[in-house]
Amino acid sequence: MITVLLFAHLQESVGKDRIQLPIERTTVKELKTELQQTYPLPELDRVMTAVNEEFAKNDRLIKAGDVVAFIPPISGG
Amino acid sequence: MASELFEIVEESIEVGDVIKKVERREAGAITTFIGTVREWTQGKQTVYLEYQAYIPMAVKMLSQIGDEVKAQWPDTIIAITHRIGRLDISEIAVVIAVSSPHRKAAYQANEYAIERIKQIVPIWKKEHWTDGETWIGDQLENVPYKAGKPTIKEIEG
Repeated sequence: MITVLLFAHLQESVGKDRIQLPIERTTVKELKTELQQTYPLPELDRVMTAVNEEFAKNDRLIKAGDVVAFIPPISGG
Repeated sequence: MASELFEIVEESIEVGDVIKKVERREAGAITTFIGTVREWTQGKQTVYLEYQAYIPMAVKMLSQIGDEVKAQWPDTIIAITHRIGRLDISEIAVVIAVSSPHRKAAYQANEYAIERIKQIVPIWKKEHWTDGETWIGDQLENVPYKAGKPTIKEIEG
């Protein structure tokens, strides 16, 4: 199982703040494509990704148990 | 406790509490940055703001900024508290306190920290205007990165 966390407008587009997916192994890029088939998330192509709280690139491998967070452009401060 | 130097909180921030964390006998200067909620942005009136954070990662990234500051200005001590949730006009969203033996490092490290917060700390601001609401980040109201997102280089600093 992979846990996906959503924030800001991504959370509002999907209507929930987390999604659990029964996937054993994937990559950031594949996960984005998979989610886009189910949810209205065209902006996923433009957001950063964190795997287990660390920024990750599109080719980063993801395995069961990992927590993946999509990080839209941030606006703290 | 080093971990308490970097906090995400839901209640209002007491500036003095953040300053106390960096006070010490070696310090000859303490700079404090206080980020507050602005009412007017480019002609649009804000009613209130809502901040959301990916809390564990945000604390981690604040701590990373602390490490970066320490590497560049070894004599400084820095503490950062960022508030999330609903904030009204003039309320404090973030406080950064830096102490150092001499003032220049305290000023420089403090400015560096707020710029880095805007680059790598996963916190989002939703503006509630008089005529609607918008998550800020990739909207016209704010352009934090040329490409619409930070590059890996910007993130890794």
